[in-house]
Amino acid sequence: MLDDRYSLAFKLYPYERSADQDAETPVRHPVVVIGGGPIGVATALDLGLQGIPVVVLDDHEGIGMGSRAICFAKRSLEIADRYGCGQEMVEKGVVWNLGKVFHEDRKVFEFNLLPEEGHQYPAFINLQQPYFERFLVDRVREAQAQGAPIEIRGKNRVDAVEDKGDRVAIDITTPEDSYKITADWVIGADGAGSPLRGMLGLDFEGRVFEDSFLIADIRMHADFPTERWFWFEPTHKAGASTLLHKQPDDVWRVDFQIGWDVDRKEELKEENIRKRLDAMLGPDVSYDIVWTSIYTFQCRRMKDFRHGRVIFAGDAAHQVSPFGARGANSGMQDVDNLGWKLGLVIEGKAPESLLDSYDEERKHGADENILNSTRSTDFITPKSKISHTFRNAVLDLAEQYAFARPLVNSGRLSVPCVYDGLSLNGPDALNGGPARTRVGAPCPDAPLGDGFLLPKLGGGFTILTINAEAPEALTEDGVTATRVAVSAAEDATGLIAERYLGDAEAAVYLVRPDQHVAARWDAYDEQALRAALRKACGKE
Amino acid sequence: MSDLNLDPNIADPDGFYAKLIEAHEGLSDDESAALNARLILLLANQVGDRAVLDAALEAAKTVGH
Repeated sequence: MLDDRYSLAFKLYPYERSADQDAETPVRHPVVVIGGGPIGVATALDLGLQGIPVVVLDDHEGIGMGSRAICFAKRSLEIADRYGCGQEMVEKGVVWNLGKVFHEDRKVFEFNLLPEEGHQYPAFINLQQPYFERFLVDRVREAQAQGAPIEIRGKNRVDAVEDKGDRVAIDITTPEDSYKITADWVIGADGAGSPLRGMLGLDFEGRVFEDSFLIADIRMHADFPTERWFWFEPTHKAGASTLLHKQPDDVWRVDFQIGWDVDRKEELKEENIRKRLDAMLGPDVSYDIVWTSIYTFQCRRMKDFRHGRVIFAGDAAHQVSPFGARGANSGMQDVDNLGWKLGLVIEGKAPESLLDSYDEERKHGADENILNSTRSTDFITPKSKISHTFRNAVLDLAEQYAFARPLVNSGRLSVPCVYDGLSLNGPDALNGGPARTRVGAPCPDAPLGDGFLLPKLGGGFTILTINAEAPEALTEDGVTATRVAVSAAEDATGLIAERYLGDAEAAVYLVRPDQHVAARWDAYDEQALRAALRKACGKE
Repeated sequence: MSDLNLDPNIADPDGFYAKLIEAHEGLSDDESAALNARLILLLANQVGDRAVLDAALEAAKTVGH
């Protein structure tokens, strides 16, 4: 009745009987999250840390095997830091900056992610997804012990969901019985194959690319450097393109592009995988195979992420091809965006229509990710003879001439989305202010005192003043913004001034709970700030 | 050497590349070759400077196989 569809890497939330199963009438919950993967658990953390009761339902008892997502971007780590588990991830992860691109066996060029000074977190870490998820669940356990109202129910499979207008009815099957609950809000975080999407008969449209990739995660003691190596048309012929990338525990991710018309069962036989690996690594390298999988590139999203009281996040809402680390990382940005909005709506401090801005902002993000990963896919797997000719011309030229290097596209790595021109944005009224901190942008980190700026922002609304006066707190219609005062003179590196002042002498920023800039000015103006705070809460 | 610019000079390189490939969509090999020829001639006219055009020809001939 409730057979596992996959084996577990970590069993973290074993089935336990809930009092809801013995209730006479379905128990009502403010928020139910469907799916206990990284996006579902992060959503629960965001809400639970705000004090909002949340129940996570998952049809398994823990985290699935397989590394799956391995590249976690700075922004995801900053979000995890806000939840209290970013440091653990960096300590376990592998930090990398250098990428090399090869064509046949010649190095075409290399790129450096050029870690900027003055950030708490690196540009990227590689970390197997099960570890990322485990750190989130560990943090849930810690938060629960401190009173955060989070519940994760393993082996609770959702069979039916019905939006009844004022609530959502949910039918659940457990190993013991079936029961019903209701929820004010349901978050669909049940992955790319989202059963919830199917139950509600919702669309998921886009492109499937006609090529297959074979992933082999292998454990070996090799002296390859900690870099991302990407081969176009390697002469070992083990794949039309190949990627090698290091993970923790001496595990390496190898991706082979193996074509569209393949026999999956045959390709996944260990002897056949070893043939490819031996061709690539040479006959003398020994290794163990840790995990293998075959996948296709798909770029698609739901037409709408919000459907009344049901809201979709992560892969359930959008799917991209992987060579840009835009899957799990964009899901974390969904959570970051949704958490505070849902919190304000549940507390009655913002209208339900604020949730439409989640739909607007994160569809904007998804479209940007889909555009980038579609272009990467077209470059990596050219679909016509002429496209292939151009691709190889770019690679040939890039080897000698810098001009062609920006055209080489082996994946455009995830950067957080800027919500340019969207509904919640207030005035951008800082003359000479830097473009990177414009309204809609995520706040970049910078050194502050003994630590960093970002940990002081977020959670709630912040009035960030730099060389400017403002009251310590301001409440507008139930929503409070508190001040963080910074003097640019205190920052010896000058990075706060560079990133937040530009040519201005002073600045006042209104920063959203997800650390995006809501509005900015050159001085404090109470009426302007009140108006921007209203707008950022969907009240205008 | 002439003033052939070999440093990056195209704004939004990914957008340009996507448009270039899109222009060839659905064309036969001969049609694609003809499109490329027309495009080269248009761009060459834009460049104008014979020394630059000669240098570009030379650069294109000397890379690859």
